[in-house]
Amino acid sequence: MTDITTTKRPVLAVENLTTSFKTEGGWKAVIRNISLHVDAGETVAIVGESGSGKSVTALSTMRLLPAGRARTEGRILLDGKDLLAASEAEMRKVRGGSIGMIFQEPMTSLNPVFTIGNQIAEALVLHRGLSWSEAETETVRLMERVRIPAAKARLHEYPHKFSGGMRQRVMIAMALACRPKLLIADEPTTALDVTIQAEILHLLRELQREENMGVLFITHDMGVVAEIADRTVVMFRGDMIETGKTDEIFATPKAIYTKSLLASIPRLGTMGAAAAPKRFPEVDASTGIAVDGREMNPVALSVEPILKVDNLAVRFDLPNGRVHAVEDVSFDLRPGETLSLVGESGCGKSTTGRAIIRLLNPSAGSIVIGGQDVTKAGTRELRTMRRTSQMIFQDPFASLNPRITVGSAIAEPILAHGLMGRKDAKARVSELLEQVGLSAAMADRHPHEFSGGQRQRISIARALALDPKFIVADEAVSALDVSVKAQVSNLLLDLQEKRGLAYLFISHDMAVVERMSHRVAVMFLGEIVEIGPRVAIFDNPQHAYTQRLISAVPIPDPSRRGQTPAPLSEEIKSPVRPFDYVVPKRTYREVSPGHFVQDAH
Amino acid sequence: MARIAQALLKRLGGMAIVLALVVTVVFIIVRVTPGDPAAVMLGSDATPADIAQLREKMGLDAPLLLQYGQFVLGILQGDLGQSIFLNQPVTTALAARAEPTFFLTLFSILIAVGIALPVGILSAVKRGTIFDQIVVTLTMVAASVPSFWLGLILIQVFAVGQGWFPASGYGGPETPFFERLHHLVLPAVALGVVNSALITRFTRAAMLDVLGDDYVRTARAKGAGEGRVILKHALKNAMIPIITVIGLSVAMLVAGAVVTETVFGLPGVGNLVVSAVLRRDYPVIQGALLVVAAIYVLINFIVDMLYILVDPRVRL
Repeated sequence: MTDITTTKRPVLAVENLTTSFKTEGGWKAVIRNISLHVDAGETVAIVGESGSGKSVTALSTMRLLPAGRARTEGRILLDGKDLLAASEAEMRKVRGGSIGMIFQEPMTSLNPVFTIGNQIAEALVLHRGLSWSEAETETVRLMERVRIPAAKARLHEYPHKFSGGMRQRVMIAMALACRPKLLIADEPTTALDVTIQAEILHLLRELQREENMGVLFITHDMGVVAEIADRTVVMFRGDMIETGKTDEIFATPKAIYTKSLLASIPRLGTMGAAAAPKRFPEVDASTGIAVDGREMNPVALSVEPILKVDNLAVRFDLPNGRVHAVEDVSFDLRPGETLSLVGESGCGKSTTGRAIIRLLNPSAGSIVIGGQDVTKAGTRELRTMRRTSQMIFQDPFASLNPRITVGSAIAEPILAHGLMGRKDAKARVSELLEQVGLSAAMADRHPHEFSGGQRQRISIARALALDPKFIVADEAVSALDVSVKAQVSNLLLDLQEKRGLAYLFISHDMAVVERMSHRVAVMFLGEIVEIGPRVAIFDNPQHAYTQRLISAVPIPDPSRRGQTPAPLSEEIKSPVRPFDYVVPKRTYREVSPGHFVQDAH
Repeated sequence: MARIAQALLKRLGGMAIVLALVVTVVFIIVRVTPGDPAAVMLGSDATPADIAQLREKMGLDAPLLLQYGQFVLGILQGDLGQSIFLNQPVTTALAARAEPTFFLTLFSILIAVGIALPVGILSAVKRGTIFDQIVVTLTMVAASVPSFWLGLILIQVFAVGQGWFPASGYGGPETPFFERLHHLVLPAVALGVVNSALITRFTRAAMLDVLGDDYVRTARAKGAGEGRVILKHALKNAMIPIITVIGLSVAMLVAGAVVTETVFGLPGVGNLVVSAVLRRDYPVIQGALLVVAAIYVLINFIVDMLYILVDPRVRL
């Protein structure tokens, strides 16, 4: 497919780019005939699901793919000069000089054994011929420019002392050190919390405006695309499916794939009058037409809870203080109900889930499951408890043992609890696989033969094997592509209705939480700051943090661009306190029935 | 700097505790060995009076706790006792033989690291090429060769055959220094080559590991050349396992001195231990054990400190 025409010479023009990887069966093209351009001061987004070839496009442009194992054809013109014909020495001047690049994983993209200052200054020394001491002065200026507080003092610190958001600022400072004409940003905010994401996007936009720089922005998140991109390229399995102005693509998508992609994005504020959870829209992949899902059952407040958590606290001791990971958390959960725990990384939501399943030992408070206090349960009681409560984890790739067939993985809890003989267990595995939308014949396969979504279905089947009463789902759909995310979420909703399951749904993804939850609890620094029915939390948030969290979610609608408020540039405070810290008693006020907000302190 | 000073103090404290344990264990080992050391030393035709006299001389007739106290007190004053056969203090005997052992260990490890680092790094960078495959095969062969066997071959070829190096011995204090070191070339090469195999493999594996890391990609995206990417960004991150295996190799070299020095006829600490064992010279065995253990502890300490220098994340 061809690029739309342009009159002025673009900063970057990619023409018929095809990249192939060497496989045992010969060269295999992973991206085919990609053509796009980026003008000065313009942001072009490449959007697509995993495996669409968007990162390969970026790495091909920088010629960062391993030579010998990857082959690139076509033309990549930077200011009219073909990079594919450039020598390696010329490319070194381009990388970090005319093109800056930032990556998805701020936690691993910085070298852990060199100081921040050294790593930023290196780009200056390499490209601008500064001495290390001149570079240091310039580095401080750059760090201030990307708003790293106390830049001078932090110059000699190592990356592990920086949070994810701060590390991404360091990466940006490094990429922009030599004032490149083009910035390639490969999923730069995917690993970050929404409020931090909003800050980083804001920063990138400002810097782009000041430098009149072209930005090639790679993402899977349509909300981010709508927020920042002037033009958008949609990719699917190595092909360019559609390209055009972002507004037009969102308003009148032409390709069926684009239509279904847009239809499957979880969006905030699409619940209508529903009070209970609502299934995600079913998208017909052959037409791209979506039909909104139906509303699920409500749960009466009078039903006796299956789980009661009271004043739960989890604390860890460090050499320099005590981490109050979870402090004074109380809630209950009824059969058939979903309570979502939301908040940003480090807020204690996962720790709460793990403490309830007793993968961690609570420091204080009580956990009652089905009328039985399991706060201090010993090994034997825990065994019985595991039959009523199960957990699904985030990473569908890491949570299944690669050497065990999925059938054995699902049967294992049944056999371990001695509930059935091998033969019956096998029949049960077939039944479970079909319930999660897989076929019984898949039981003999190994995890690597499945996609991410299928693996998460397998994890769900395994969690269901003991017929539990409630499930802690820790970011269970967060790592999945949008279309798969909707399907797996729908599966969870159907299973809940059929089995009367209670979910403690831990997630940072507000759009998914809105669809999935009966009630929502917002956590901040280890405490619940607001809890209540889903409608109350989303439509009438009372706590400042809840408001900030909801407003930071990018809206997949280019016409509403810029309506997200300018973010507060502040780091989430740390829950590490001195050992003599006395936990203050928090008070809550009831805004409406069941909707409680922590009083300001 | 405060971080390093703090770590230094903490590790020194740990070292003192380990050394105290070592002293105690060495003391107990000699006491629980079957048979009366005095009787064993004097042989089967000794009279009970001779044995009693030797027992008294060795302090074996005193109560155990008193013996232990004297033993510890002696060590604190730098006194490891008196050798029965050499008629000199154990410390003097050890010091007289320290030189060949020290230089042999030093040269061996320098040769081993000198081979292993470049070869291992290159092998990782050129992964999958013929060069890499040859390195992988050769290191496997070299790791399976006993160093004394390689030593014998080297002696056969370069000492007996070519006459370039002496076949054995070291020369006394009157021999010039470089002449003495000349004796060490063949054994150091034998030990160095064999030890380089393991270090090469670790270097290769550690480098392969880090070359796939995100920050290596970041360094390339910054425009750093391959040399800089490999020697600055990757190598420093790969150093932790490499330092560990180098430390282990040094420790093994010290412990292995017993075999090497016998094969090459070097009058080092290992040689002293062998003759002491053969003659049941308990004070010497005891002293040598202590010194070797202390060197082990010291190497561990140095390795720990290097970790802290290399990786800022290492917990103190």
